[in-house]
Amino acid sequence: MADRIKLQVARYRPEQESEATFDEYEVPCPKEWVVLDGLNHVKDRMDGTLAYRWSCRMGVCGSCGMMVNGEPKLTCATFLTDYAPGPVRVEPLRNFPVIRDLIVDIGDFMRKLATVKPWIVREQEKPLSEGEYLQTPQELDEYKQYSMCINCMLCYSACPVYGLDPHFIGPAAIALAQRYNLDSRDEGASQRMEVLSAHEGLWGCTFVGECTEVCPKHVDPAGAIQRYKLTAAVETVKAFFMPRGA
Amino acid sequence: MSQSQVRSEYQQPVLPPRISTWWWLGKPSYFAFILRELSCVFVAWFVVYLLLLVRAVTQGDASYQEFLAWSATSRIVLVNIVSLLFLIFHTVTFFDAAPRAMVVKVGSNTVPGSMVLAGHYAGWVAVSAVVCWLLLGV
Repeated sequence: MADRIKLQVARYRPEQESEATFDEYEVPCPKEWVVLDGLNHVKDRMDGTLAYRWSCRMGVCGSCGMMVNGEPKLTCATFLTDYAPGPVRVEPLRNFPVIRDLIVDIGDFMRKLATVKPWIVREQEKPLSEGEYLQTPQELDEYKQYSMCINCMLCYSACPVYGLDPHFIGPAAIALAQRYNLDSRDEGASQRMEVLSAHEGLWGCTFVGECTEVCPKHVDPAGAIQRYKLTAAVETVKAFFMPRGA
Repeated sequence: MSQSQVRSEYQQPVLPPRISTWWWLGKPSYFAFILRELSCVFVAWFVVYLLLLVRAVTQGDASYQEFLAWSATSRIVLVNIVSLLFLIFHTVTFFDAAPRAMVVKVGSNTVPGSMVLAGHYAGWVAVSAVVCWLLLGV
């Protein structure tokens, strides 16, 4: 096995250039090193100007998503040896504006995420004296899969619909809406439905399915969206035949 | 550096995302997706073909025989073979999506996705059998 591997890292320095370029760095390639280790080696030892996001190094924070050889990956969970003998091409997440080097502007996602109210909505909070909102293990299982989302945005990067239509609300936002809709403590489903049943909501999804393929936490956003479509369709039919909610 | 630089909401200059016209050739899954979208054209063709058949039947025997002769031309046979292949592809991929959209509960248990999928195929076979029985009397 090669003890070093070449990284081809996308660079974009807006004060210097109007297009992205690539810089090459040769980094050590021990079997326990992930792509993020390689980038940290470059930053610490070779080129301190390289800019990228990272935090936890354990697949929880969702900060270090990048394109690795054309695929959206968490760089903290992508081993360099899997790409030996290299080179490994590291680029910023596709479908997002690039601010610098490997850093993308996530403002669009953050705005969309807030519109689906990814928190427990209660019509009326019960008093503290009545204790917690209890939940059975079966009720937890209903939404647990969707609660694993870490907002890494790999799904947005894999989704050609989002790339072609930036108004599309996107896979993670819908999966997180579903996470709260399926929570027995939540009462905000109808509020979320207003956002999600809009043209740029869940109907924008044409079920390419790549969001699920690239999800590092096995959330299955594509499944969540199809499930939500079925719910929305049933609600529409109900509203048609029972306009007064009978 | 370009003077017409795109800027973020915080006035940072950014490199806007670009997507190639040929993005759908980039991965087999993207290509399969485009084929599935294209299959809608062939679904529409079969609807039109069925309507033409119904019209021919309602206009009498001569019209029906004319429709059969037209359907037997090599051009229409070829179109129908290609359409059938696309419809099978459309159906299979649609059925594959079904278990992910439908969470079927029996009591407190969730029916496995494979059973939901099997139910769809069973329905397909049943409907096909009824159509065969109506048309061929077999």
